[in-house]
Amino acid sequence: MALPSYAGPIERVWYYAYRLICAAIFFFLIVPILVIIPLSFNAEPYFTFTPEMLSFKASGYSLRWYQDIVNNEQWLHSIKNSFIIGIAATLLATAFGTVAALGLSRADLPFKRLLMAVLISPMIVPLIISAAAMFFFYSAPFGSDFALTHTYAGVILAHAALGTPFVVITVTATLVGFDKNLIRASSSLGADSVTIFFKVIMPLILPGVISGALFAFVTSFDEVVVVLFMAGFEQRTIPRQMWAGIREQISPTILAVATLLICLSTVLLATIELLRRRNERLRGVTY
Amino acid sequence: MAQMTDTAGPVMTTADGTPLKQALARATRRSKIRAFLLVAPLLLFILVTFIIPIFDMLSRSVSNPEVQEAIPETAALLADWDGQGLPSEDVFASMAKELSKKENRREIGRMAARLNFEDSGFRSLLNKTQRRIDRVKEGPYKDALIAIDKDWGETRVWKIIQLMSPPTTLSYYLNALDRTYDQDGNVVMQPDWKQIYVQLFLKTIYVSLGVTVACLILAYPISYLLATLPPSRGNLLLILVLLPFWTSLLVRTTSWIVLLQTNGVINDTLVWLGVISDENRITMIYNMTGTVIAMTHILMPFMVLPLYSVMKTISPSYLRAARSLGANPLVAFVRVYMPQTVPGVGAGSILVFILAIGYYITPALVGGQDGQLISNFIAYHMQKSLNWGLAAALGTILLAGVLAMYWLYDRIVGIDNMKLG
Amino acid sequence: MKHLLKSAGVAAVGVAALGFAGAASADTLTVVSWGGAYTKSQIEAYHKPWMAKTGDTINSEDYNGGLAEIRAQVEAGNVTWDLVDVELSDAVRGCDEGILEVLDAADLPKGDDGTAAADDFIQGAVNECAVATIVWSTVYAYDKTKFKEGPKTIADFFDTKKFPGKRGMRKVPKANLEFALMADGVPANQVYEVLATPKGVERAFKKLDTIKNETIWWEAGAQPPQLLADGEVVMTTAYNGRLFNAIANEKKPFEIVWDGQVWDLDLWVIPRGAPNKDRAWEFIKFSTDTQRLADQAKWISYGPVRRSSFPKVQPDMQPHMPTAPNNFKNPLQNDFEFWADYGDELNERFNAWLAS
Repeated sequence: MALPSYAGPIERVWYYAYRLICAAIFFFLIVPILVIIPLSFNAEPYFTFTPEMLSFKASGYSLRWYQDIVNNEQWLHSIKNSFIIGIAATLLATAFGTVAALGLSRADLPFKRLLMAVLISPMIVPLIISAAAMFFFYSAPFGSDFALTHTYAGVILAHAALGTPFVVITVTATLVGFDKNLIRASSSLGADSVTIFFKVIMPLILPGVISGALFAFVTSFDEVVVVLFMAGFEQRTIPRQMWAGIREQISPTILAVATLLICLSTVLLATIELLRRRNERLRGVTY
Repeated sequence: MAQMTDTAGPVMTTADGTPLKQALARATRRSKIRAFLLVAPLLLFILVTFIIPIFDMLSRSVSNPEVQEAIPETAALLADWDGQGLPSEDVFASMAKELSKKENRREIGRMAARLNFEDSGFRSLLNKTQRRIDRVKEGPYKDALIAIDKDWGETRVWKIIQLMSPPTTLSYYLNALDRTYDQDGNVVMQPDWKQIYVQLFLKTIYVSLGVTVACLILAYPISYLLATLPPSRGNLLLILVLLPFWTSLLVRTTSWIVLLQTNGVINDTLVWLGVISDENRITMIYNMTGTVIAMTHILMPFMVLPLYSVMKTISPSYLRAARSLGANPLVAFVRVYMPQTVPGVGAGSILVFILAIGYYITPALVGGQDGQLISNFIAYHMQKSLNWGLAAALGTILLAGVLAMYWLYDRIVGIDNMKLG
Repeated sequence: MKHLLKSAGVAAVGVAALGFAGAASADTLTVVSWGGAYTKSQIEAYHKPWMAKTGDTINSEDYNGGLAEIRAQVEAGNVTWDLVDVELSDAVRGCDEGILEVLDAADLPKGDDGTAAADDFIQGAVNECAVATIVWSTVYAYDKTKFKEGPKTIADFFDTKKFPGKRGMRKVPKANLEFALMADGVPANQVYEVLATPKGVERAFKKLDTIKNETIWWEAGAQPPQLLADGEVVMTTAYNGRLFNAIANEKKPFEIVWDGQVWDLDLWVIPRGAPNKDRAWEFIKFSTDTQRLADQAKWISYGPVRRSSFPKVQPDMQPHMPTAPNNFKNPLQNDFEFWADYGDELNERFNAWLAS
């Protein structure tokens, strides 16, 4: 939207004012995330820029908060937990979600709207309600005494349930442009349905599956309410550890962890973007 | 069905002789079943891990088994009491008998906790009576109980037990709406100092609306910019929206604490610039301001993304046409462009509102005392006061609101059209 | 893994019940407490010597107080915690609700000096379902660098004219209402009498009103020293042990005001149906003997609950105990019965007051 040549003076002023407003809004969006990164290298236990930092003296910066993470058993344990729970929940959510998306994208599925509404509901129901409900139910599923609270299995199942809607949505979206003739062709050439799934369908919907899986992973990786209610000390995850840190003692170690998480989200974002472009290219969508 | 087509005379058949119609129907049915079978595993998974737990919790909002389980016989006798004066000696005798059962201790403890939610003092009344009941060997039990605690001689006490005897109750919902039963079973308002939830629901709605509007105001201009810039630059700027979207909620909340606190980056900068003095640092966090700022930031990507995807599909030639027909830029934008963005505005607004109304983490961490929303009180009753019935009732009301918005979203946008990233 | 350990524990108890148990059988106990400096003191004073003596393993878990988790475990019939450190009012409430094991107090060991346990423990420390370990106290402290002449009494905490600046208080009515009444002139021994009347409650909230706008509310025990250190508040209520930790170990310029301290007990309880309840009871008896209680006071400034432990507390810790004569001039004991009864109602009222 370059400025048209016929623009009048008011329009010209507005054009620049508008750009300035947009710049301010982008600033609001991104600064809170960027400000944490330099502060995590603070040599002092403060949450603000010290004079040494502002004058870019080496003495103002240090890696001590990163060393803190490495030396702290609890942080290491929570990092390990986050990955164990995140990966297991992602695998479950992706498997269930992908297969369901195949069914959901078939035109002849009965009660499609209702089914979709039910399957998406974990994303819509406020987390506090989901967490409370799961806490009650998982502590005595169907009245049995096989409690899932305070176990890895319980947290993984809960996170998988919360992650499936993302897989369903992304994979269904990929399947919208899927050419059904490919299935018919391969089936007429003698492929059985398993072969068709892995050789024909999977490669085409893979970008959708992967981005759905990444969404599911992030959902689990970033989730704290269910963990607060259901997990025991053993199952503490990174967000749970950060939650305790923020509530009780906000030490700069949290900023170091936050910086690492920002790096991780940057990597995930880049992956998603690449996948999206690949997907669009495959389907011939161009800008 | 097969017979019907058989008797209708000559029919078209497939190679193996089945009527074509029937074969087709069977194929369709098989295909339907196959489609359903694909969805079934996830459906079952979600039902067991999610939907059933939700219903299980909702049922707690009306479930009221405590009195029934602790003193079944007394509860049955009390059901016939007319509520005048004191119940008969039989009721007192059965109460004394049931309170003295040692194996009932846990049930009685739970009843005491339950009744104490209705009226303070029940806990000590029942525990004290239970401790001393062994000394009562014979009747008249009425006098014996009143001798243990004179509260047993109060009509009010018996009325409350009677009222709480049925296995289901609406009292948690009444409580969640700042109402209660008076001793005659009429619904009345809670005393002033106990009225909190209606106000809290309203506050949650106002805050969610405020956050939604703030998100809309901030998201609209940048979405327009993103949609109208050439793709290469637009995509670059889009990262500034997507990075916050992908960054952990707790990281973003932490950064707002770092920025806004009294000794935080913003206050430090303002002091350094001389805008404010060191003594008059602004309080921007641990109150409603902090909650609204942080929530707006966190939820904004959910507004930008639907707006952007709608705006991208609007051809710029409409605006140019309007301009060339003589409309001034503002009129052209408001009358021609904005109406086309309504689906995006609707989708984004409902999405942000739904997410905002159930927000827990951010208000809990930066809300202080006046920035707490309804979710925080649900958590409070779950974890601190142990009033699980009330937590369930508050949750049910919240859930009903959210589902109404969800339904609206489905009507306007369609769930299948939901897009991510 | 945990289930494996648990079933091993169950098996071990089974063996013990059959009478084959000797010193050789080792269990795993899950002990739950409040975390931070306090849990550390328990590990040093109780857990380590117990593990050395018996060969047991102790899993130490943290929690934030309250009965919710115990109740959920008991109601589900799947108890994973063996031993929990709770506040007195929760011990009483949990016992009344029947979610805690009833303990046999007669079985507690005598004091070192031969006093029977019943006489050795201070009053209220042994309860039907719980045995206390420490006396702790809610007091307030201020930042010495902010005032030339610091506050001295509980009334000064509410005097924002003489001592301007933000206050920190725990986000519960407990202790705060008591502070308010004492500051308003009610003698410590009449506080609960007054608070049991609607007028008294009114009066307490009115007093709190005077500093409501100046107050930041904290929830976890580690927060108030942090608020004080960050300059977010100039004075705050806090647990005395956490303040001691900040002053002695982190060299913070804080001063504790003991006037009007509200003291309370922390107790061991065993959730009903705990996997190793017999072993847990053995552990309770061990950790509440004279020596162990005196040892704990080495690590944090919470007082022992046995009279026979008092003389064994290190001399340099003595002046920091809530029960030290200089600190114990105007104390108030938290009335657990009052809070068991009025807790629900006052909490509700407090929340409504905060939100308005």
